[in-house]
Amino acid sequence: MEALFINLAEAFTGWMIRLGLNPAWAESILLLVKWIIVITIITVNIIILIWLERKISAFFQERLGPNRLGPFGIFQTVADAIKLLTKEDIVPSAADKLIFKTAPMFFIVVAVMLYTVIPMGKDMEVINLNIGLLFFISVGSLSTIALLMAGWGSNNKWSLMGAVRSVAQMVSYEIPLAFSLLGVVMITGSLNLQDIVAAQDKWWFIVLQPIAFITYFIAATAELNRGPFDMPEAEQELTGGAYTEYTGMRWALFFLAEYTNLVAVSALMATVFLGGWQGPWLPSWLWIIIKTYAVILVFFWVKWTFPRIRMDHLMSFSWKVLVPVSLGNILLTGAGIYFCRWMGWC
Amino acid sequence: MLETDIYTVNVGPIHPSTHGGLHVEAIMDGEIIQDVVVHLGYVHRSVEKIAEGKTYQQFVPYTARLDYLATNLPVLGYCQAVEKLLGIEVPERAEYIRVIMAELSRIASHQIAISATGIDLGATTGLMYGMRDRERIMNIFEMTGGQRLLSSYIRIGGVAADIPDEFIPAVKSLVQDIPRMMEEYNGLMTGNEIWAARMEGVGILAPETAIQYGVTGPNLRASGIAYDLRKAEPYGIYDRFDFDLPLGKRGDSLDRWQVRIDEIGQSGRIIEQALKAMPEGEIKAKVPKVLKPAAGKEVYHRIESAKGELGYYIVSDGSSKPYRLHVRAPSFINLMVLPVICRGGVFQDIITNIATLDPILGESDR
Repeated sequence: MEALFINLAEAFTGWMIRLGLNPAWAESILLLVKWIIVITIITVNIIILIWLERKISAFFQERLGPNRLGPFGIFQTVADAIKLLTKEDIVPSAADKLIFKTAPMFFIVVAVMLYTVIPMGKDMEVINLNIGLLFFISVGSLSTIALLMAGWGSNNKWSLMGAVRSVAQMVSYEIPLAFSLLGVVMITGSLNLQDIVAAQDKWWFIVLQPIAFITYFIAATAELNRGPFDMPEAEQELTGGAYTEYTGMRWALFFLAEYTNLVAVSALMATVFLGGWQGPWLPSWLWIIIKTYAVILVFFWVKWTFPRIRMDHLMSFSWKVLVPVSLGNILLTGAGIYFCRWMGWC
Repeated sequence: MLETDIYTVNVGPIHPSTHGGLHVEAIMDGEIIQDVVVHLGYVHRSVEKIAEGKTYQQFVPYTARLDYLATNLPVLGYCQAVEKLLGIEVPERAEYIRVIMAELSRIASHQIAISATGIDLGATTGLMYGMRDRERIMNIFEMTGGQRLLSSYIRIGGVAADIPDEFIPAVKSLVQDIPRMMEEYNGLMTGNEIWAARMEGVGILAPETAIQYGVTGPNLRASGIAYDLRKAEPYGIYDRFDFDLPLGKRGDSLDRWQVRIDEIGQSGRIIEQALKAMPEGEIKAKVPKVLKPAAGKEVYHRIESAKGELGYYIVSDGSSKPYRLHVRAPSFINLMVLPVICRGGVFQDIITNIATLDPILGESDR
């Protein structure tokens, strides 16, 4: 079971080579197939996730949640997806059409790119990048541009306000986000995510870096635009923020991208702080799925409990609390590493 | 120096958090509010004019549509005004039932205010908590009037029908659960750090300003002024009950929010006492089929509705229809204070302030 997917991939390459394909070509085709599989998994996973979030929020709010279509309403998301696909696609006449239309595509592409580096199991990732963590952070921050494009291109006050807020928010939370991961990088001495996972065979980094875990979780919530930091959207205040003018599938793409981001960030948290694919008895790919879902559930829990934070509080919280705390964590980690070496423990 | 400009944002009339057709024009300097202009009239149904074409009894259901979230309170105010006009004595039992129904309506209205504030501030779970508890009150209304939202159960001279057997146990169990409900609202929202930060010091309504603008109800009491018509000018049988007036200290949004939660508890106390003291007997006075007050007679009657001082001014010309009817709608007057408390705040404060002022547009536009 452990090497199930690796064996499948090898069998597929072997089959292509036997058909008379150049090994280099076979590798490229394998990469393409890997991508198609990743995108399929993302989409299917999101259908389940949206259903799960509805059910969980219903549980928190003492409602029933979707319960009509299929067992436990599992097909509700499918029905919603079909509805969104068949909806009229409205582009406002005053909109900057090119930017307006590109924004959702850009957002989803960026979100999917995040999956490139996440180790989905032992020796399982799309590309084993030696600067995986840096790649994740930098690509993750690109989604800000998509929101700004959506807000600017819509030519609507609400959208622009939402976009401006989201840019302000994401830029300020990018810093504690990266800083909180730095402690882990200092301990492992590598930006490769497989190395980071391998370094956690004794202790998970949530034990060694508890402060970093908390600051990363808060910053990631803001980065994902999830409650209580869902400023850019803010249905009750900005009537949907940057997404106000979007309808049908274009809007659904934003929605999809947000969930894609959520899964990617949760998977990264599981990888960096919760020991990644490591775990007893079960195969490694199952462990990462379990851990990712556990993190996602915490995100759901936070979202359905807290009210939305105010914009100025949000900014001051980032600059006055999160940045100093994460900087302090780096200092503490550095001191700890020196102490450890001085004592001859590591 | 960067050149900046002042811009306007139209919150409403179609907006998720304006509680109906309220249009607030916000004049903004960046994120700071320079001024706010309240535009009203989007749900105007000319209720006052309709009254002139209806007999006194026919107009009763229309009053329920004024404040549809506290349905029995505007009906009670109107019926008492007509009774005052005609000098009708209401039987004891009917008075007690009226008090119970009025206080239940007040609780229901405050629960909507709590729910709406929750959803407006992004606490979606808060919305469902309020709605869940309100559902039980709606069920009680259905027992008595046969209708959930707009039961028009209170009539001129008493109430429409006697209470059914299952009414008293249902109300008793509801009243018992009120402390638990309040604990839940406070635990989920008031005690939350983010919640307190969003509300504390936001939209401060000074006591002097409140009096100048004629603000009444929980909004006035949150500013620290102990004025409640149930105590200041007891109508019906309110002088027989023992209850406190929850007061605020700072007059900000958090106080307005807290006063509403505490008032639920006080209403519960009134209901408890009313259930104990309720006598047996008639539920409706002998009222003639056609009501014809003496010509030229006029009356002003005011009650403490869930939103504030709700007054009815009726002028009779001797016919079976009122010559003129005016409603002093508390929501309308409370809304006028919105620009004062919004100025200088940030954009999100508009939403907080609308939510905690708790206007109802059906009443304010009439």
